[in-house]
Amino acid sequence: MPSEKMLMRGSHVVGEAAVRAGCRFYAGYPITPQNELPEYLSSRILEVGGTFIQGESEIASINMVLGAASAGMRALTSSSSPGIALKQEGISYMAGQELPGVVVNMMRGGPGLGNIAPSGADYFQATRGGGNGDYRTPVLAPAGCQELADMTFVAFDLADKYRTPVMILGDGLMGQVMEPVVFPDPIDVDKLPGKEWALTGCKGREPRALFSMLLNVNILYQHNLHLQEKYDEITAKEQRWETILTDDADLLVVAYGSPARIAESAIEELRAEGIAAGLFRPITLWPYPTIPLRNLAAKIGKVAVFEFSMGQMLEDVILSVGDRAEIYFHGVPGGVVPTPSDVAQFLRSALKGDAKVGRRIET
Amino acid sequence: MSAEAAYKKVFGRPESLKDTYTHYCPGCGHSVAHRLVAECLDEMGLREETIGVPPVGCAVLAYNYFNFDMVEAPHGRALAVATGIKRARPEKFVLTYQGDGDLAAIGTAETVHAANRGEEISTIFINNAIYGMTGGQMAPTTLLGQEATTAPGGRDPKLHGRPIDISLMISHCDGVVYIERCSLASLKHIRQAKKAVKKCFQVQVDRLGFAMVELLSPCPTNWKLSPKDSWAWVNEVMVKTYPLGVIKDTTGYEDKK
Repeated sequence: MPSEKMLMRGSHVVGEAAVRAGCRFYAGYPITPQNELPEYLSSRILEVGGTFIQGESEIASINMVLGAASAGMRALTSSSSPGIALKQEGISYMAGQELPGVVVNMMRGGPGLGNIAPSGADYFQATRGGGNGDYRTPVLAPAGCQELADMTFVAFDLADKYRTPVMILGDGLMGQVMEPVVFPDPIDVDKLPGKEWALTGCKGREPRALFSMLLNVNILYQHNLHLQEKYDEITAKEQRWETILTDDADLLVVAYGSPARIAESAIEELRAEGIAAGLFRPITLWPYPTIPLRNLAAKIGKVAVFEFSMGQMLEDVILSVGDRAEIYFHGVPGGVVPTPSDVAQFLRSALKGDAKVGRRIET
Repeated sequence: MSAEAAYKKVFGRPESLKDTYTHYCPGCGHSVAHRLVAECLDEMGLREETIGVPPVGCAVLAYNYFNFDMVEAPHGRALAVATGIKRARPEKFVLTYQGDGDLAAIGTAETVHAANRGEEISTIFINNAIYGMTGGQMAPTTLLGQEATTAPGGRDPKLHGRPIDISLMISHCDGVVYIERCSLASLKHIRQAKKAVKKCFQVQVDRLGFAMVELLSPCPTNWKLSPKDSWAWVNEVMVKTYPLGVIKDTTGYEDKK
């Protein structure tokens, strides 16, 4: 049965949802603003017979996840921006070795040590792959506690289905905020599909090896083509997005995660003034819902992009929309969280094309 | 009388080794170390329960030679990967096989903390005092005065720092139960090394904590010595910096004669 409605903090929601989604292994290293997630799991995952390890570093933690995943476990690690930078080596190896796992990034301000305030500045790192090699990582960007719960289930399912690391991209705001949430039914881990590639000891079968080093150029070439086929399939099947009030819209706001929640309030403010604005909210940042956005933007003719970074998701909007619509951009860096009224100002400015807030992007 | 009945098989390839060629150089200690690991796993009946983690370095391709489940780790991360496996599947036998660069330079943090947590993992540490795979650069364990392509004229403590004795270092960690340093450079030494490897594995079977065997291993190619001279160099020169013997043993085992 689904749970009762509960009031929970975003980081705790991910922890509870992970346990219910069959995660039985967590390793991580403390970093603000996501410590509530390992703190929650340090006791909760033990109740279901799982393992919690506070690793000696982010690097060790992602590699512990790599190990647990190779043994067939649903495994999770979490961190925030500078810590995620350290995990990139392990993520690249997991992509190359085709190992499933879930990585949570509650983003904070950067570059470098930055600050601990909410940010969206790791969009490139998440969607372009911060590690080496020709790989992709599915990235889920929930916009609130209920979706954090639901997308945590989706993340583990995608990871297993496609044998790939999957990232849940939140921010310091989403990790801290408390909202009502209803959790899906817990998964019976014994009924999850078998992993015929997992390392369990070679009793009764040939030994298995999981590796990404393929010195023969032809074999590595084929391996990369195989990975690309998988990424093409994910791109075709796994795009997720939401539209709000777009049917009659004269202006299409594009935002993901926490900025999308602020944009929703800004759109309400405009609607009260009789201005028809609507929202396109990508939920998967890779694969990006390119064609749905393109079609909607072409119909509406005017697009306003708002993000907690200085033009990172904007690049995907430009790639999607091109010159089919006017594109306006407003980015807020460094952990500053604007009010809905601030964003409403930007949207009015975009509608008028006066560039008082934000700027027009030439494509 | 059939051939099977007339002859008794007294020597063969261990089941834990695949029937294949290795890429190791003539005189290299890895081949011997692989065989010791394989013989011990066979004799202890562990092969089918084993999950191994090779290093990045000369033994990176060990999964082509060992006949049991293996997973590659990024350079230096073998003991973190092994920790994840062992915690996820505590009933399995988990082994890391690492060189000096992997275990004592880039992976120092993973080594120290896995050891200190007392992870129930067995580690085979191949110390040949040089980076072999990349072509003879200075290792963390390179001896003072020893030539390396990145220490021309020999390792100078002022320029390059001093060799690290990681076995001694981690012997101070409470989670470490057994550490022995052996040589692979004579038959007598190899026999002692096998005893140590077996004991190291027994520690995990008995779930006592972390155990490691350091094997001083010849690298004729990068030392620019003949295989024979490289054996002598291990037993006459290398042992002065890395003395052979038990470094820590809290197993309580009584050594069987």
